[in-house]
Parts: sequence; structure tokens; C-alpha cells
Amino acid sequence: MNIVPGRGSRLVLALLPFVLIVLVYIVGSAERRAANPDDKLLPPISEMAQTVHRLAFEPDRRSGETVLWTDTAASLQRLGLGLGIATLIGLVAGLSIGLLPVVGASFASLIAVLSMIPPMAVLPILFIVFGLGELSKVVLIVFGVAPFLVRDLALAVGSLPAEQLVKAQSLGASTWQLAIRVVLPQVMPRLIESVRLSLGPAFLFLISAEAIAADTGLGYRIFLVRRYLAMDVILPYVAWITLLAFLLDLALARLARRFFAWSYLQERR
Amino acid sequence: MSAITVRDVWLEYGDQIVLERVNLEIAAGGFISLVGPSGAGKSSFLRLLLGQEQPTRGAILLDGEPLRPEPGPDRGVVFQRYSVFPHLTVLGNVLVAFEFELSPVLARLRGAARREAIAKSFALLEEVGLEAHRDKYPSALSGGMQQRLAIAQALARKPRVLLLDEPFGALDPGTRAQMHALIRKLWREHATTVIMVTHDIKEAFGLGTRLIALDHTRLDPDAAGRYGATVTYDLDLKREGPVPVLGFLKDTTKPNEEINP
Repeated sequence: MNIVPGRGSRLVLALLPFVLIVLVYIVGSAERRAANPDDKLLPPISEMAQTVHRLAFEPDRRSGETVLWTDTAASLQRLGLGLGIATLIGLVAGLSIGLLPVVGASFASLIAVLSMIPPMAVLPILFIVFGLGELSKVVLIVFGVAPFLVRDLALAVGSLPAEQLVKAQSLGASTWQLAIRVVLPQVMPRLIESVRLSLGPAFLFLISAEAIAADTGLGYRIFLVRRYLAMDVILPYVAWITLLAFLLDLALARLARRFFAWSYLQERR
Repeated sequence: MSAITVRDVWLEYGDQIVLERVNLEIAAGGFISLVGPSGAGKSSFLRLLLGQEQPTRGAILLDGEPLRPEPGPDRGVVFQRYSVFPHLTVLGNVLVAFEFELSPVLARLRGAARREAIAKSFALLEEVGLEAHRDKYPSALSGGMQQRLAIAQALARKPRVLLLDEPFGALDPGTRAQMHALIRKLWREHATTVIMVTHDIKEAFGLGTRLIALDHTRLDPDAAGRYGATVTYDLDLKREGPVPVLGFLKDTTKPNEEINP
């Protein structure tokens, strides 16, 4: 507990497990190739690099589009819309439920029930109601993520000390002024953290919806090539999705620390 | 500077009676120390004055008019903790009071109005000795400095009454002595009525011009909440006043006139 790694050794320690995994993969892949030259399960890295090059830089023979970027753009658009709308709902509804007892009494239990409905169970309904296009995928992400954000934010608002709300009112703040100048800035870091935690579920819903009905998208692609056991496509795609999720997470973390630095002054580390 | 009238106030939570038969006339410009054992309803009484809660029976008047039933800028408050906003800088904590006042929709000021509000805020920070820390966040301040900030903030809207809920309870003795000098100075300069709840009897006698003690006068051993607390001591601590008289309510005529008509 009291042995703390320095900057350099921290980086080495962080990279070590990744290097180990890659090494294990290379050895495994080579062994399987040695036993069976047509093995598809663990394609060598060189083969995957070729595939990635084809997907990322050469136009597809039939559609004329570079597949990887089309898929990425489609998926990120769905994810961004879904998460953006969910965040907006979380912010407005969470703030109102947490701050205004009348709204809380009316909607808190509704949100609690809604958040218990498994989103994948309503996916058929979404497909029926909103069609197989973009809308149903976006709605699935919103449905899966928003109730969690609403509840989490309402709790965060509720845990603000009552003294602060009274103090603000004694300085002449109206409910609206109090909401935008006292409550909102103080729960924003928490909202960003919850959105970061929601990235995982959001990707889950995105890929599931794309796997079931789509004509483009990252999830659509890996489920499409699954039939041909095309691990040389699936593995890079999974890595790419992971990288995207990681970068989104990092960007949100940076955003929170950049704009709400006061909230991280007391942090350990 | 405002007078407060408390008329036969009762405060009950269900069948638990917290305060009963509280009658007070508080003259404008006084420094009232409110003492009493734990659970005697001191903080509840302060919450009534603040408008955070309403009396079950009776009425509270501020300058003869009924108190607004919610906290407002006519009554400033400093709590023991959580009194300042952690997301605003020291200057921002005071500035926000003017922003609430002048900008109803955005609660933000621009241009000349902002510069003027900053100047006023800075003057308040100078009064409490925080001008060097204007750009720090409250978490970087010591407990005493946070309370100074809370006081500066509470004075920004020129409240008619300043309510202090054990404001120095969490401070070390040295800091507390400094704070006493500060609050006495501010009370004189801003000519506001101060009501301070405290556990520290020495502080209560040292600062107040009048001391009010709340306590239970009756106890039912079988039902703890059957009887509420009420005013048990009401002492005039003004230097020119007569020897403190225990156990009865003073009228509002000046004590000097009574002695030397």
C-alpha cells in the first residue's frame, strides 16, 4: 500500500499485461498455423494488418465505400445521438426530480419502474414501432441508459447539503437561479461520470441492435462476417470498438477535469 | 436592522412537541445569543426564523409584518458547515449574491454591472480579511476562513436579520477569538440584528447584548416529547443595562429610561 510506483515504472507496469497478452496470442497463432495452415481461429497479426488495410483504405468492390469508416461513422452517429439524448433527459429529469418535491413525487417511482425493464426485451417493440432504421437503435440506447442517468442524478441532487439550498435562497436565489447556478454545476461532474459508466451499456445496446437489423455499422459487420469465421475482421473490429470506447471515456474524463476542476481538488492521486 | 416579534409560537412534529409558548420581542439592532442544552429546539427555532419551517401555532413578525414562509434575502444565515458553495471561488461565492439579485434569468452579470458587483464583493472580502484568497476555491481554505467567507456572503444582500447557527462551533479557540472580534465589528458596522445559536456559554455572554435560554420547564418521564422547550432565561447583557434579571420577559422600553427617567 505504501510502495508507490514512479511515473516511468507506472507506464511500464500498465503496459506489461497488454504486452503479455499479445505475446501469448502470437505464440498461440503460430502454433495453430504450424499444425494447420488453413486455421482461421487465430490469424497471425500480419494477416490481420492486411485485412485492416483493405477495410480501411481500399474502397469496397460492390459499394465503393471504405467499409471501416462507413461502419464507424454510422455506429458513432447512433451512439452519439443515443447518449446525447439520454444525457439531456438525465439532466433535465434528474435535476427536476431531485430538486422539486412535486416532480419527484410524481415521477420518481415511474423512473424506478422504467429502469427495471430490460431494454433488450423492448427491442422488438422498438423495431415494430420505429421501424428497422436509425431511430429504433437510437431509442434503444436512450431507453437503456436514460433511466439510470435520471436516477443517479436525482440522487446526486438529493445528497447536496440542505444548508446550501437554504443559503442560496437567503441570498435571494429563485428556484430557477438556484437550479442553474448552485445545483447544476455541482452535479455536472457526477453526470459526466455516470455517462462514462454508461458507455459500456450504450455500446452493448448499439451492437445488439446492429447485429439484429442494420445494413451498416460496427456491430453489423462483425456479425455479418461471423458466418465466414473471418476472425481477421472480427478481432481488429473488436479492438477498434474497444479503442473508440476507451477514447470516449478518456475524453469525458478530461472534459470533467477541465471544466469542473474544483470537484477534483480533493482527489487522492 | 429589524425588530422581530415571536407570538405564542408552538412547533410540533406529530405528537412530539419541540417548542411551546415561545414569546419574544427582539428589538432592532441587538445581538441575541440563543443557548440551551442539546435538543432544546435552538436550531429548530432558528429554522422557524429562517422560514425553512413554519410554526404549528403562533406567528413570527418581522418589523410588524408576517415572516415570508420561505428563506429570502431579508434574512442572512451562516451555518456551522456547508455554508459556502464549493464550486465557486472565494470571490464568486460573494459575487453570486449580486448575480441572484440583478440577473433573474441567467444569474450572471456582464460589463459594467459585473465590474460594480465585483467591486462590492471585493469590499466585503476585505472586511473579513479574505482579499488575498479571492481566486481560491473553498476547499483550499481553512475552517475559519470558510466561515469568514460565509459571513461575507451572508452580508452581501444587506439582510435585515443575520442568523448564525453555531457558526464558530467547529473552530479552534484561537481562530474563534479572531472570529468573535470580526463578528462584533461587522455587527456594529452593518447595524444588523444578529441572532446567534451557540453551545459556548462564554461566547454567548461575551458577544451578546441579550441572552435567551431555551429549555424544558416540564418533563413527562413516560413521554419524552409531551412538553416542549420554552424561554427559561432572558438576560439583558448591555453594559448600561440593569443587573440581569432572571426568568422574566423584558419589555422593549430602553433599560436606561427605566433607571434614570
